[in-house]
Amino acid sequence: MLRVAFLIPLLPLAGFVILLLSGRKLGNPLAGWLATIMVAASFVVTVVVFAGLFRLPAGGRSYTQNWFTWISAGHLHVNMGLLVDPLSMTMAAFVTGVSALIHLYSIGYMEHDEDFPKFFLYLNLFVAAMLLLVLANNFLLLFLGWEGVGVCSYFLIGFWFERDTASSAAKKAMIFNRIGDAAFLVALFLIYERTGSLDYHTVFSHLGSVGEPSLVAMGVLLFAGAVGKSAQIPLYPWLADAMEGPTPVSALIHAATMVTAGVYLMCRINPILYRAPDAAHVIAIIGAVTALLGATIACAQNDIKKILAYSTISQLGYMFLAAGIGAYDAAIFLMLTHAFYKALLFLGAGSVIHAMNDDQDVKTMGALARLMPITAVTFFIGWLSIGGLPVFSGFWSKGDVLLNGYGFSPALWVVGALTAVLTAYYLGRAYLLVFRGQQRWVEARKPGDRAGLKPHDPSWVMSVPLIVLGALSAVGGLINLPIHPDLDFLDRWLSPVFASRLFQHHWGLGGVWTFALIDAALALLGVALAVALWGHASERPAFEPVVLQRAWYIDWAYDRFIARPSTEVAIETSSVVEAKGIDGAVNGFAWLVRSTARHLRKVQTGYVRNYALGLAGGLVLVLAYVLTRAS
Amino acid sequence: MTHVLAATIPDAITFVMAAAICVVGALGVVLARNPVHSALMLVMTLFGVAVLFVEEDAQFLAAVQVIVYAGAIVVLFLFVIMLLGVDQKEVFQRDPLPAQRPVAIALGILGLVEVLVLARGRWPSGARSVSGAIGSPASNVSLIGRSIFTTYLLAFEVTSALLAVAVVGAVVLARRPRHSVGGNEDSTGPVAEPDDDLGGPDDTEPEGVEETIVGSGTPRGESGDIKTSGSLADVEVTGP
Amino acid sequence: MSVSATWYLTLAAVLFTIGAVGLLVRRNVLVMFMCVELMLNAANLTFVTFARRLNDIAGQTAVFFVLVVAAAEVVVGLGIIVSIYRRRPGATADDLHGLKG
Repeated sequence: MLRVAFLIPLLPLAGFVILLLSGRKLGNPLAGWLATIMVAASFVVTVVVFAGLFRLPAGGRSYTQNWFTWISAGHLHVNMGLLVDPLSMTMAAFVTGVSALIHLYSIGYMEHDEDFPKFFLYLNLFVAAMLLLVLANNFLLLFLGWEGVGVCSYFLIGFWFERDTASSAAKKAMIFNRIGDAAFLVALFLIYERTGSLDYHTVFSHLGSVGEPSLVAMGVLLFAGAVGKSAQIPLYPWLADAMEGPTPVSALIHAATMVTAGVYLMCRINPILYRAPDAAHVIAIIGAVTALLGATIACAQNDIKKILAYSTISQLGYMFLAAGIGAYDAAIFLMLTHAFYKALLFLGAGSVIHAMNDDQDVKTMGALARLMPITAVTFFIGWLSIGGLPVFSGFWSKGDVLLNGYGFSPALWVVGALTAVLTAYYLGRAYLLVFRGQQRWVEARKPGDRAGLKPHDPSWVMSVPLIVLGALSAVGGLINLPIHPDLDFLDRWLSPVFASRLFQHHWGLGGVWTFALIDAALALLGVALAVALWGHASERPAFEPVVLQRAWYIDWAYDRFIARPSTEVAIETSSVVEAKGIDGAVNGFAWLVRSTARHLRKVQTGYVRNYALGLAGGLVLVLAYVLTRAS
Repeated sequence: MTHVLAATIPDAITFVMAAAICVVGALGVVLARNPVHSALMLVMTLFGVAVLFVEEDAQFLAAVQVIVYAGAIVVLFLFVIMLLGVDQKEVFQRDPLPAQRPVAIALGILGLVEVLVLARGRWPSGARSVSGAIGSPASNVSLIGRSIFTTYLLAFEVTSALLAVAVVGAVVLARRPRHSVGGNEDSTGPVAEPDDDLGGPDDTEPEGVEETIVGSGTPRGESGDIKTSGSLADVEVTGP
Repeated sequence: MSVSATWYLTLAAVLFTIGAVGLLVRRNVLVMFMCVELMLNAANLTFVTFARRLNDIAGQTAVFFVLVVAAAEVVVGLGIIVSIYRRRPGATADDLHGLKG
C-alpha cells in the first residue's frame, strides 16, 4: 500500500503537464476542475499511504522508495526518491488537503480572469514541487522542491504582471528567497563535505564524527535558507509585497504551505540542531523577535491582506521559536492549525475583496456581517482560533508552544505572550472594521450602479472551502490535547522522527491547566482590547502610529541603503566595466589582430629579392645556432 | 687505406691561381653591367672550379663541369640573352628597394664569417668508404659509375625522368600563345600578338578536325585549352 | 704549406657569399639566375672537398646529380623567363611584384 506513494507528487505534476499542453483548450472552468481533481486525488493517495504507514509498528514507521539515481559523480550519489515517515506524511496530508480546498475556491475566484488555465497550471506545479520538498529523502531533492516552490511563487505573485507593482513584488520575493537559497547551498556543500552524502539517513548517522563548529554552521546556514523562504528577520519584507498576487495564492503559498517549508526543514534537521545548541538558540531568538515584530506591524495596517501577511510572519516566528527550543512537535502542531485558520482568513478576505470590487482597504468596509453571513462566521472562527481562544485549535497549538517556551526560558515566554495578546487584538480589529461597525461604503441603489456595491456571500465553490476550513479551525485542536496523556495523538505520531531530541518539559496536569488558563486570559485580553477600541470607532490614529504603518521603516531602509546603491553599482558596471572594459577588451583584441595583420602584411612586399633577403637572414641565424653548438 | 695527398708546392700554386680565377670571375658576374659580360665571367669561374675539381681527384666531374656547365648551360644563357635582348644597362646607382643593398652586404659578410668560423672546427669523420674509396686503384669514372648504377640507382632514374619533364616543360612554357586570352595579370605590358604565330601547320587545319582535349594535369592559369591533333609538334597552348 | 680542406671550404664559402649577395642586389633576372649558378658551384666544390677528405665517392656522386638537376632547372627557369619577357619586355625582378600582400 505504501508503494503508491510516488503518485502523491506525480498527480499534481501530471496535472501541470496536461494543463501546459491543453489548458487553453480546456478553458474555464474545466481546467480548474482538472487541477482540483488532481490535487484531491493526491490527497486521497496521501490518506491511503498514511493509513498504510499507520499500520506499521510505531518504531518502524519509515519507508524509503528510490526511483532512480539522479546524480552519480565520483563519491556523490544522489537519488530521486521518497521518504515516507510520520513527519513527511503529516506535511503531505495538510498540504494536499488545504491545496485541494484552495483549488476549489480558485475556480470561483478566478472565474473572470482571462488567464484562468494558466493559474491552475502554476498552482499544480506548485503543489507538485511542495510535495517533492516534503517527501524527499535527501537534501538535494528537497532543495529541488524548495527552488520549485520559489519559482512558482514568483510566477503566481506576478500573475497579473501587467501591473508594475505585481511584477516588482515577484522580483522582490525571488531576490529575498535567493539570498536564503545561497546560504542553503553553502550548507549543502558543507554537509556533503563533512559527511560524504546528502541522503538523510547517511548524513544523520554520520553526524557523530562532525565537529561542533561545523554542525553549528550547518544549522545556521540551513536556518538562513529558512529565513528567506519563511520570511523571518531579516528577510521578511517580501511577504507583505507578495500580497499583490491573487488571494488564493496568498492563502496557499504565503500562509499554509510554502512559507512553512522553512519550519519543516528545521524539524527535519533536528539531529543537527540537537548537536548544535547554539544554532538552535539563534533560531529560537530570531523566531521570537520576528513574532513580536510581525504582530506590532499588523496592528496598524489598513490593507486587509497586509494584516494577514504580517500575521503570517508573526505566526511563523512562533513556529521557529518552537523549533529552536526543540519542541518540534509543537511547531508542527502550530503549523497544522495555522494552515487551517490562516487559509481560512485569507479565503474569507478574498470573498470580501470580491464583494468590495477589489477594494482591500478595511477603512472603507464595515457592517458586512449581515450581508455575507458565511464569510463573517468563518472569519470570526478564524479570528478566535488565531487569537487562541479556548477551545479552538489555535488555543491548543499556541498553548503548546508557549508551554514549552516557558519551560525553556521565561524571557521567550514573555515575548510569546505579548505577541499572543497582540494577535488577538489586531485580528479582532480587522474583523470588527470589516464586518461590524458603521457601513463606510456606498450601497448600489439599482442594478448596474457602478459606484455602489452589492456585497454578498460567494457561490458554493468559494463557500464550501470556507466552511470546511472553519470546521477544521474549530476542532482541529483535538488531535493533540495535552490534558490527558492518551490524547496527544500528534505528539506520539511524530515522536519517532524526533526520537530523544524533543524538548519536553514535563509539567504535570496542574501546570498544564495553569498555562491553559493564562493563555485563555491573554486571548480574552486581546479580544477585549479590540472590541473596546474598534467596536464602534473606525479611526484611532493614536493606536495606528505611522512607524507601525510603515513597518518600522525597515523596508525603507533596505531600499535606501541596499537596493539603491546596488542599482547604482549595476548601472556603473554596465556602462563602464561592461561597455568599456569587457567590450573594450574584446573589441581591442580584434583591433589588435587587425592591426598586427596590417603591419605584418608589409613583410609581403611582392619583391623576390626581399624574400631572398629573408632567406639569407634565416640562413645566417641558423648558422649562428650551429656555431653555438659546434664550438 | 688512407689516401694522403702529398702537400706540394705546385699544388699550392695551382690552388691559389685557380682560386683567384674563381673569385675574380664571381665578382665579375655580380658587378658587370652587361649581362653578356656576366655570362662570360661565369664561364671563367666555372673553369676555375673545374681546375679545382681536378686538384681534388674528381677528374670526371671536372670534365662534366666543363662540358655541361660551361658548354651547355652558359651557352643557353647566352642564347636567351640574345633572344630577348636583355643587354640593357641596369641602373646601379640606387636600389629602388629601401635598405636592400646594405642589408644584403651585411648579411653576406656575416654569413661568410660564420661559415669561416665553422670551417675551422672539428669535422665529423663519417663512415669510411661507404660507396667506394677514392684512393682505390679503380679509375674515377668507374667509381662514380659504380656508385650511380648501384647505390644511387633510384636517384639516377628519377633524375632521368626529371630531365624529360624539364624538356617538356620548357617547350610548353616557351611556345608562343596561339590567340590572346584575357590576361588577369595586373601588368600594363602589351599582350603578345596572337597572330604572330610561328607554328606553320596550324594555319592549314580546319576547325572541325581538331580535337579539344582538356588536360587535367597541365597548369591552366586563366583558361588553358590544349588542342591536339596529330603529333606532339602541334601542341598548342593558349596562355601561359 | 699544405692545401688542406679548409682552404677549399673557404673558397667555396666566398663564392657562395658573392653569389648570394649578387642575387640579392642585382635586378636583371638573368644575372640573378647566374648568381644562383655560382652558389650551386660553391656547393659542388664543398661536396668534392668533403668527398676527398672523407674518402667517399658519394660526394662526387652528389655533385653529379646536382649538375644534372641544375641543368634541368636552368632549362625550365629560362623558359619561364622567356614567357615573362613575352608579356613584358624589359621586365626586371622588381617589376614582378604581383604577390604583394
